[in-house]
Amino acid sequence: MIFLEQVIAILWKDVRYELRSKQMWTGMGLFALLVLVIFNFAFDLRVDNKAAVAPGALWVAFVFASILGLGRTIAAEREKGSMDRLLLCPVDRKAIYLAKLLGNMLFIGVVEVVALPIFAALFDVPLFVGPLLAIVLLGTLGIAAVGTLFSAMAAATQARELLLPILVFPLIVPVVIGSVRATGTLLVATANEPPWLGLIAAFDVIFLSVSMLTFVYVVEE
Amino acid sequence: MTFLAVRGLKKSFGLKPILRGIDLTLERGECLALMGANGAGKTTLLRILVGLTKPSAGSVSIGGLDIVRDAQQIRSSVGFVAHQPYLYDELTALENLRFFGKMYAVKRIEERANSLLRKVGLEKKAGERVSVLSRGQVQRLSWARALLHAPQLLLLDEPDTGLDQEGQGLVTALLTEHMAQGGTVLFTTHQLERALELSSSIILLKGGRITFQQKTGTLEREAIQRTYQEATAP
Repeated sequence: MIFLEQVIAILWKDVRYELRSKQMWTGMGLFALLVLVIFNFAFDLRVDNKAAVAPGALWVAFVFASILGLGRTIAAEREKGSMDRLLLCPVDRKAIYLAKLLGNMLFIGVVEVVALPIFAALFDVPLFVGPLLAIVLLGTLGIAAVGTLFSAMAAATQARELLLPILVFPLIVPVVIGSVRATGTLLVATANEPPWLGLIAAFDVIFLSVSMLTFVYVVEE
Repeated sequence: MTFLAVRGLKKSFGLKPILRGIDLTLERGECLALMGANGAGKTTLLRILVGLTKPSAGSVSIGGLDIVRDAQQIRSSVGFVAHQPYLYDELTALENLRFFGKMYAVKRIEERANSLLRKVGLEKKAGERVSVLSRGQVQRLSWARALLHAPQLLLLDEPDTGLDQEGQGLVTALLTEHMAQGGTVLFTTHQLERALELSSSIILLKGGRITFQQKTGTLEREAIQRTYQEATAP
């Protein structure tokens, strides 16, 4: 019970902090929209190539916007007194990880809620199609699970803006491929496709478990 | 009854030794002043005692608990005031105390937070963000945060920093009250007068070793002054 209360308290604190500083959401949202607009102009979209281009554009926007946000949440915690503020408290390090993960998912989720209708309009694809919500949710969970762990690692270094994408991108490749392909199959039905949603869920379980278990070694000396 | 026991404590960062075998004990209700020049290892020792840094060798027990094995339990019974206030700038004074109250699972947080804000003279600043408070007010709030969970051991790294005369009086009052309730205190300071005023024992650290240790009641001011100057000389 105390574990859950601590998770909620840290999450509430991060949300309130972000609402007041307004540093993250604005940047992430604008970045995602810019990527979608640029992709829309960069590719000659036709009915026959839409399914090949649109999912990739969507997930590139989500992944890059996520990296911007992931860097901020723990970096903000590291500023002025570093993570010590939280580490001084008798709080389970898994609770800190879970709260940061949920915070990151929330921040990315808000950007996705804004970006999805614009994506649908720009790329002329249906917004509410099949299990799109489940794909977005599981894809975001995979990105955030890895990103939260590595942002804690990168935040302790001077080159964190550079280090975070270098560490995170290779690891989230399976989730991104799965999410792009699963989104693609929603737009154009394809035969003999692997169960992408199940694969993303499997990666999420692995990433989440490993990240939760190793977070303590990343934040503590 | 020994409350804090440090045995053969060593700490190195890379190849650089910071603490080279510290032995000290502190009775329940005692107040110990830790003095020494910059870089003597005072802050590192406090960070080990509070569980933020792991020792390279040696052992520390607080209230019979081991600092490494029982870290979470020890954190519940230790309050820490450091150079950094360990507060969130974008939250108000009251929101900060509420948040840390939840982290320490403090009962009746609202009541406790308001009472501490009154005690440190910040009741009128409860709704103001930390970012707009003065250095001294932030330090007072940092004190309230450290006392929030009624810790048995207070670890203070230069607790007078940023405080005016009135603030220093407040520190004296808070420490006296804490010890009257059976609490134990270990603080670092560069002010010999403050060490003699507040503590029952003084320890001098030099190059990561204890070079002087004595009860303040048995000390002659000139003698400790000389020893301190020798210990802090480059």
